[in-house]
Amino acid sequence: MLEVSRLSKRFGGLVATNDVSFTIQEGSISALIGPNGAGKTTIFAQISGFHRPDAGDIRFNGRSLVGLTPEKICLLGIARTFQIVQPFAGLNVRENIAVGAHLRRAGRRAALEHAEAIAHRVGLGPQLDKPAAALTVAGRKRLELAKALATDPKLLLLDEVMAGLNPAEIDEIIPIIRGIRQSGVTILLIEHVMRAVMNLSDHAWVLNNGALIASGTPSQIAANPQVIEAYLGHGAAARMQAQIQEARHA
Amino acid sequence: MRNLTAIILFCLVLLPAPLLIQSDFWITWLTLALFYAYLGQAWNLLGGYGGQFSFGHALFFGTGAYCTAILQIHFGLNAWGGFVLAAIAAGLVGAGTGWLVFRYGLRGSYFALVTLAFAEVFRILANSFEFTGAGVGLLVPLQPGFAQMQFETKAGFFWLLLALVGACLLFTYWLQNARFGARLMAVRENEDAARALGVDPFDTKLRAITASGAIAGSAGAVYVQLFLYIDPNIAYGPAMSVEALLVPIIGGLGTIFGPVLGAFALHAIAEIGRLAFGDAPGLNLVLYGILLVLMVLFLPNGLFGLGKVSFGLGSLRRLFKGGAHA
Ligand SMILES: Nc1ncnc2c1ncn2[C@@H]1O[C@H](COP(=O)(O)OP(=O)(O)O)[C@@H](O)[C@H]1O
Ligand SMILES: [Mg+2]
Repeated sequence: MLEVSRLSKRFGGLVATNDVSFTIQEGSISALIGPNGAGKTTIFAQISGFHRPDAGDIRFNGRSLVGLTPEKICLLGIARTFQIVQPFAGLNVRENIAVGAHLRRAGRRAALEHAEAIAHRVGLGPQLDKPAAALTVAGRKRLELAKALATDPKLLLLDEVMAGLNPAEIDEIIPIIRGIRQSGVTILLIEHVMRAVMNLSDHAWVLNNGALIASGTPSQIAANPQVIEAYLGHGAAARMQAQIQEARHA
Repeated sequence: MRNLTAIILFCLVLLPAPLLIQSDFWITWLTLALFYAYLGQAWNLLGGYGGQFSFGHALFFGTGAYCTAILQIHFGLNAWGGFVLAAIAAGLVGAGTGWLVFRYGLRGSYFALVTLAFAEVFRILANSFEFTGAGVGLLVPLQPGFAQMQFETKAGFFWLLLALVGACLLFTYWLQNARFGARLMAVRENEDAARALGVDPFDTKLRAITASGAIAGSAGAVYVQLFLYIDPNIAYGPAMSVEALLVPIIGGLGTIFGPVLGAFALHAIAEIGRLAFGDAPGLNLVLYGILLVLMVLFLPNGLFGLGKVSFGLGSLRRLFKGGAHA
């Protein structure tokens, strides 16, 4: 469904994306992991049209996305969330989500109804009339997810939607994401919360210093101590094994 | 729904004013307040709902005013036709400005300064050409009667402006309940987030500045029939631009009734200023400057925001009363 080939992007002297290639299968949940500053968000920015790649190609159902505007890419069926949440602060939750819903719904009533349905789906039902600025961190992350979901995407790019959430909140959002996949949306997520990666994804890629350094099922990656030691920090292998055990027992 | 009721009530209450108020002074006062409300509504569309603060709405107002004056004087066009063409011409100037400014992604103070500069350029141009009457200005012939949009009584202009303000209120009400309005507000709040949801900010802002320009231009056309005179300073000078932005800022940005509220308040304050200090030239602008600073410092949501606060207090009071009964 999505083919990224030999993607490269520099910011001045910094190589943020270095010859990255990967393919995402329709209907899957894939994860992009790696330490802070590895270049994960920059890859999302290129797929969604906010940054133009210096080299390489991104194909969505066979069509190249390079050079298209973000709004055009969204219309084609790829929606992204922002790691640093970007609510429409002056609007309430319902109005925020309705902006996304309007992409494929001209009428106000249809858009508001869709927005409400989405809000209930991500657990924002009770907060529909709240100003977006008044939401908690967890609420804002959900709103970010809801806005993107309201555009009826075929592919959803989720950038650390669990960062800053407590374990109980993470437990709530995992089934929501699984439910989104079950409704037919393909998902690519950036996540540091390993429990979520292990729980959700069919496939994972590890990025470091802009380059992909490993790929496989989450357990394959987790079982690769070299990768983990080298790229997720010292002692990470042991931590991760513990988390995997925990996830299996959960 | 409540807004729609308020709009209808507002129009119905003001409708019989010319029949009830005998004083010409007060009818003129109300007419001018409505005129500035109308100009403010034009600005509010782009500035209040779109977040694009123009410092040069005189660019559109003046274009509309000159358009109708020139067509009437040189081509004998009917004033109503002039009104329509003024709106179209000013809309086109709006679209052209928007195309240039938004294409290059100018926002915030850059946008404000470019609009200010454009208005200034047009003022200088209007000063230099024969067909605009140069520095002398243009005198529009007096032809009293409905047919030339010049009314025999003061009531005629009052009703015309009431109809225009009413139409704008309905337009703004529609905007708040339409996809275009949702997109415009999304662009105002966060352009990148809007783009990520498929909103084209360039297209959205271009439509807004075109509509805003057209409305401001039609205000210029009415002004010409009201005062029968236009010159470069009135048309493109900073005074009109300041009135256009001050009215919605005082009343409440991005609200349906903000410009109406702001126009009445501003006009009352200006009147009091005139009574207190006489008609010293430029005094109005000094007063407006002070007002603007005060508003930004103490009432960023305008008088309408004040209303919301008192609504809040009202419900708080009700809550306490309810508590006492329980
Ligand atoms: N717009 C930008 N301009 C310059 N450098 C950037 C920009 N965006 C990201 N970077 C740099 O690119 C690198 C990768 O950033 P990012 O993609 O945000 O990493 P991650 O999401 O994996 O934490 C970082 O070193 C960051 O500082
Ligand atoms: Mg990131």
